[in-house]
Amino acid sequence: MTTTELSKKDKFLSVFSSQDYSDEENYYISLRTQAKEELKNLDFPTSKNEYWKYTRLGKISNSDFCLGKQESIDINSFLIPDLDATVLVVVNGYLDESLSSKIQQNGVTVCSLSHAKKTNQDSFSKRFNKNTASKNELFLTINNAFHSDGIFIEIDRNHIAEKPFHILNITTSNQSATISRNVFISQPNSKLKIVESFVNLNGEANFQNHVSEIFVEENAHLEYNKIQEKSNNNFSVTTEQVQQKANSNFTINTATFSGALVRNNLNVEIEAENCETHLYGLYLAKNKDHIDNHTVIDHKEPHCNSFEVYKGVLEDESTGVFNGKVFVRPNAQKTNAFQQNNNILLNDTATIYSKPELEIYADDVKCSHGSTTGQIDDVAIFYLQSRGIGKQSALKLMISAFAKDALDKISIEPLHDFINLKIEQRFE
Amino acid sequence: MLKIKDLHATINGKEILKGIHLEIKPGEVHAIMGPNGSGKSTLSSVLAGREEYEVTKGTVEFNGKNILDLSPEDRAREGIFLAFQYPIEIPGVSNINFLKTAINETRAYQGKEPISAKEFLAMVKEKSALVELDSKLANRSVNEGFSGGEKKRNEIFQMAMLNPKLAILDETDSGLDIDALRIVASGVNKLKTPKNATVVITHYQRLLDYIVPDFVHVLYNGKIVKTGTKELALELEEKGYDWIKNDTINA
Ligand SMILES: Nc1ncnc2c1ncn2[C@@H]1O[C@H](COP(=O)(O)OP(=O)(O)OP(=O)(O)O)[C@@H](O)[C@H]1O
Ligand SMILES: [Mg+2]
Repeated sequence: MTTTELSKKDKFLSVFSSQDYSDEENYYISLRTQAKEELKNLDFPTSKNEYWKYTRLGKISNSDFCLGKQESIDINSFLIPDLDATVLVVVNGYLDESLSSKIQQNGVTVCSLSHAKKTNQDSFSKRFNKNTASKNELFLTINNAFHSDGIFIEIDRNHIAEKPFHILNITTSNQSATISRNVFISQPNSKLKIVESFVNLNGEANFQNHVSEIFVEENAHLEYNKIQEKSNNNFSVTTEQVQQKANSNFTINTATFSGALVRNNLNVEIEAENCETHLYGLYLAKNKDHIDNHTVIDHKEPHCNSFEVYKGVLEDESTGVFNGKVFVRPNAQKTNAFQQNNNILLNDTATIYSKPELEIYADDVKCSHGSTTGQIDDVAIFYLQSRGIGKQSALKLMISAFAKDALDKISIEPLHDFINLKIEQRFE
Repeated sequence: MLKIKDLHATINGKEILKGIHLEIKPGEVHAIMGPNGSGKSTLSSVLAGREEYEVTKGTVEFNGKNILDLSPEDRAREGIFLAFQYPIEIPGVSNINFLKTAINETRAYQGKEPISAKEFLAMVKEKSALVELDSKLANRSVNEGFSGGEKKRNEIFQMAMLNPKLAILDETDSGLDIDALRIVASGVNKLKTPKNATVVITHYQRLLDYIVPDFVHVLYNGKIVKTGTKELALELEEKGYDWIKNDTINA
C-alpha cells in the first residue's frame, strides 16, 4: 500500500474539513463544492507569482493550525470609547448573539451570514459569491469553499442608518485558523457606516482569512472602516470585493497597527458613471512585521473619481508592501484617478516595496500617482527643536502627524479620536 | 548677555562666517544688515544650533554659558529664539499643540511645573491678539497653507508665547505689507523689556523706523565690516552696499 504525503496546501485545508455545512441549502453547498474543485488546481503562491512577489507565505504554509476554541470573552476592552454603534461580535468566525447588541436599526437587516443563507432573500442570493467566484486566487477560493460565518448587513433603499455598526471580529486560541466572511449591501439612496475591528484574545500565531463582499448600489453612500490591531505574530489575509453602481460613493479607511503577516487585497469595480471612490490606508509596522496592501481600482465607465492615499511608518526590521493598480478602461472617459503612497522608514533595516501601476486605455482622463519614501524632514525637526522641543519629542510629533494625516477623512469622530490616540501611543 | 568672539563656521566645507565679533547687552536692539549671501541667516542658524553648520573657530557665550555645545532645544530653553526667514510648514502638527509641548519642555528644563490648560489658553488669547493673528490660525497646523505674511506673524506669536531673553528676527519684515509691518513691529516693541535683547536682520531701513536699533552692523562676506547707530541704516539705504564693499577692499 502506498501513502502519498499530504501537500502543504492539503494539510492546511484539512484543518477545516471538520466544519459542518450540512444545514445549508443545496445552492450554497454547490458553491462551496465548486470552489473546492477549483482548489485542486491552486497552491500556495511563491514569489515567482507577480501578485505575491514580496510576500512569502512560508509562515502560513508551514504552520500547524487548529480551529479556535470557545472562550468566555469580555468585549469591553475592544470597544471604541464614546462610539455609539450597534455592536456585532464575531468570535472565531461565528456571530455571537449573546455578546452583540439586540437592538435593531430601522431600515437595516442585520444577521449572521448563515442566517442570511437560510432566509435566502433574493437580494442576498443573487449577489453572494458573485464577484468572488473563480478568481483563481488561493485565499479567496479557500474562503469561498470553507468560510464559517460572518455578518450580513443590508440597508434598505432611501434609508440613512441611525448609527454606525461596529463589528468586532475576534479570534482566540493559539495557532487557530479562522475563515470569516461578510456581505454588505447598500441599496439605492442609502447611507451607512461600518467599523470592523480585527482583534485577537489569548492567542498567538492565529491565521485569519477574511472576505467582505460589498455592494454599493445607485446613489448610495457606504463608509467602511477597517481596524487591524491583532497583537504580534498573527497572520491575516483579507479581501474586500467592492462593486459600485451609478452615482455611488464608497470610502474605505484601513488602519493596520501590527501583524507578522498581513495581506490586504482591496478590489473595487466601478461599474457605472459618476461614482466616487476613496481608499485611505495607514500601516504602522515594527519588529519583523510584514504588511502588504494590494489595491485594484477598475474604472469601467466615464465620469468617475477615485482618490487613494496610503501611508506607512516602518520601524525595526519590518517590511511594507504597497501595490496600487488603477485600470481605466476604454469607455471610462473623464476619469479622475489620484493615487499616492508615502512611507517613512525609521531605521535602515526597515523595507518598503511601493509600486503604483496605472493602466490607462482611455484618452480623456486625469490620472496621477506618486510614491515617496523618506526620513523625517530635518529642517522641520530643527524648527521644532528651536522652540525648545527635544529631538525625540519632535520626531514623535512629526511621525504622529504624518500618520494621522492618512486617516483624517474618517467621518466618525470617536473613531477618528481613537485612531489618533493609538497613533500617539504608538510613538510615545 | 551674548558674546560672540571670532566665530568661524562652515557648511559642506565652505567657510561662510569668517570671524564674527559681536556683543549684545540686555535691553539692546541690534540690527544686522548686509547684501544677499553675506551670512546673516547663517549666523542666526549657528546661534540657534543648526547641526549642518560646523563651527571651526571662536566662542559664543550666552549669559556666561558656552552655548556651542548645547543642543538646539537647550539653547531655546536657555532663552534664545530665532524667527526664521523662511518659516517651515509642518502639516499635521497644530500650532497650539506644538507650543504647549515647547512651553512645557522649557518649563521642565527650568524645573517648573507644566502650564495649566487655563493659563495656557489665556496666554494664547492674549499673545495672538498682540500680533493680531487670527485665532483660527493658532489652531491650524504649523504654518501649513499660511500666507507669507501670516507665517511671519506666526513667528512673532510664537516668540510672544515663549518669551525669550534673546530674539533673533531674520528678515521678519520681508513679505509683510505696511499694516502687517506695523503690527509685527509694535508686537516686538511691546515684548521689549530692559532684561531682554533683540537682533533684527533686515534689508530695509523702513523696519528700523518702527523697531529703533541701538546699533546697526553691516555683515559682508562673513564678517561684520561696519558698526554704527541708526543713522548708518539711513546711509546704507541711500548709498547701497558698494560703498561698504569698496571701503573694505581698500582697507
Ligand atoms: N548648504 C549650503 N551649502 C553651500 N553653501 C551654502 C549652503 N547654505 C548656505 N550657503 C551659502 O552661504 C552663504 C550665506 O548664506 P546666508 O543664507 O547666510 O545669506 P544671507 O546673508 O542670509 O542672505 P539673504 O539676504 O539672501 O537672506 C551664501 O553664499 C549661500 O549660498
Ligand atoms: Mg538670509
